Amino acid sequence: MTILGFPPDLLVLQAFTGLALGAVYVLLAVGLSLIFGMLTVVNFAHGAFFMLGAYAGVFLLAAGGNFWVCLVGVPLLVGAVGLFVERFLVRRLYGRHIDDPLLLTFGLTYVFVELVRIGWGKQALPFDAPEILQGTVDIGIGYFPLYRLFVIGVTAAVLLGLWLFIERTRYGLIIRAGARDPTIVRVLGVDVGRVWLLVFGLGTGLAGLAGVLAAPLQGVSPEMGTTVLAEAFVVTVVGGMGSLVGGIVAGLLVGVTVAMSALLLPEMSKVAMFLLMAVVLLLRPQGLFGRAGLMS
Amino acid sequence: MRAVADWFFRHPVLGAGFFILILPFITPYTALAVMILVYGLYALGFNIMYGHVGLLSFGHSALLGGGAYACGIALVHLGLPWGACILAGTLAGTLIAFVMGALAVRTRGIYFAMVTLALSQVAYFGFYQAEPWTGGENGLRGVNLRTLGIPGLSLDFTTPAVRYTVIGLLVWGAVALLARILASPFGAAMLAVRENEARAKACGFDVRLVRLQAMTLSGAFCGLAGALLALHLSIVPIETLHYTTSGVAVMMAILGGSNTFFGPFVGAAVFLFLESVVSTRTEHWPLVVGVVFVLFILLARQGIWGTLVARLR
Repeated sequence: MTILGFPPDLLVLQAFTGLALGAVYVLLAVGLSLIFGMLTVVNFAHGAFFMLGAYAGVFLLAAGGNFWVCLVGVPLLVGAVGLFVERFLVRRLYGRHIDDPLLLTFGLTYVFVELVRIGWGKQALPFDAPEILQGTVDIGIGYFPLYRLFVIGVTAAVLLGLWLFIERTRYGLIIRAGARDPTIVRVLGVDVGRVWLLVFGLGTGLAGLAGVLAAPLQGVSPEMGTTVLAEAFVVTVVGGMGSLVGGIVAGLLVGVTVAMSALLLPEMSKVAMFLLMAVVLLLRPQGLFGRAGLMS
Repeated sequence: MRAVADWFFRHPVLGAGFFILILPFITPYTALAVMILVYGLYALGFNIMYGHVGLLSFGHSALLGGGAYACGIALVHLGLPWGACILAGTLAGTLIAFVMGALAVRTRGIYFAMVTLALSQVAYFGFYQAEPWTGGENGLRGVNLRTLGIPGLSLDFTTPAVRYTVIGLLVWGAVALLARILASPFGAAMLAVRENEARAKACGFDVRLVRLQAMTLSGAFCGLAGALLALHLSIVPIETLHYTTSGVAVMMAILGGSNTFFGPFVGAAVFLFLESVVSTRTEHWPLVVGVVFVLFILLARQGIWGTLVARLR
């Protein structure tokens, strides 16, 4: 039996590949949405933070760490850069036009990319998954690369942790309240500035984690964040800006769309996600999970 | 001084003509002056959306690049006369802007930047894959225009003076046309939409339509700039279409001052001049431009020309 000329097993396997790709998009989109939802800042440097994550991994490996150290250390390092950027640069622009933080972070991408070129050179670097995660595993319908499965698992665990943090902790309560009405939260005696600082650090830390997770899949280069930024924007527009659920669903949807089009219509695989975005814009301009009116 | 400045601000077309007239004498080489003209026009076209309608686009690379490719294809593959090639570029920019705008104006504010950026990537990949026509990864080569046939006259386009004069006249004409359009009721409608969407709507303007018209207009100017760029460089690199080229227009407009008519042109001149000076001394020009741009956003949001206008008025 074949569907569209392919055995169904192959289609399911390819969909799984899409989920692994989508998992990286999800981490990016959730970070982007978190920052936008709280601070109304579009972090144009999100792709650059993704790239910094991969290079932070290279740095930690060279310093004698292993892959597991990277998984913990990279988000902390990149998040720390994010904290610095919010505290000393983005913070100065609150109250100005909404375009200004976007433009500032756009300028920062040039700075980050060039600094990485100075530090590590222009050429791409290899980045291997640890030996224990190499090889394939039988998932019932066929063999699947273990590392891709691992990426899906890590993303799921991070999302679960994030959900527990936002929904079940006191700090998460402040974040939710701050996203809805920062003025009232401030009146209640909460230092909203500090919440914003931490959310920016959290969002950029997630981008860094996505970068180091993607590194074994695509290699490491100073330009790796450039394309990813456009893809993260597509995911965010499809899901609805500021919606975490939207980011998750759209990230997986876009990942599967890319993987399936690579199999079914290879010549369309580069533009498939953009066509998906165009369709969503025509039918539902605010995105799948966006609040109506926000974008109309 | 103040009187001179005031005259300059009040007569943008004559001012621009004066600027184009003296430009080749204050730049170290003519090719740089031509680049300033072309990118100045591109930045002006971009600023129709950003400065006058208040929408930040990161998709203008598709308009410049589309114009450049259309002009190049018309010359290389179709062998059309030079005027038709420039027209083809202008029309391509207009058409791409219309399609992109029709989708993007459905969103608002900050989303416009994200959607236009994503859509410009479609143009990038599309032209990348249409290799027989566009040269794919290597770009479109051989856009060689040697002689300009004008009735009764045949000009050598490879001479820097001829090239500068022809492109300068076209750019000046475009600047004059743009100044006229911005002074028209439609120009006022664009400002109304920028200043207060709800009020503009209440006054009977179809906000989406005004934005779409402005985007299409912007595409015509950027497409023309693209066509001139192709003829000047004799090649259309695929990077022209990449969204980082949109970022160049953004930086030029803001360096010069996006709230003024002529600011983007000044920004283009300063940007390209700095690039020509800095990139001969260090390969890390992007670091310099990134830092300068961040400082302008933080400390000098009015831009160079905008600050001058504010000081001297």
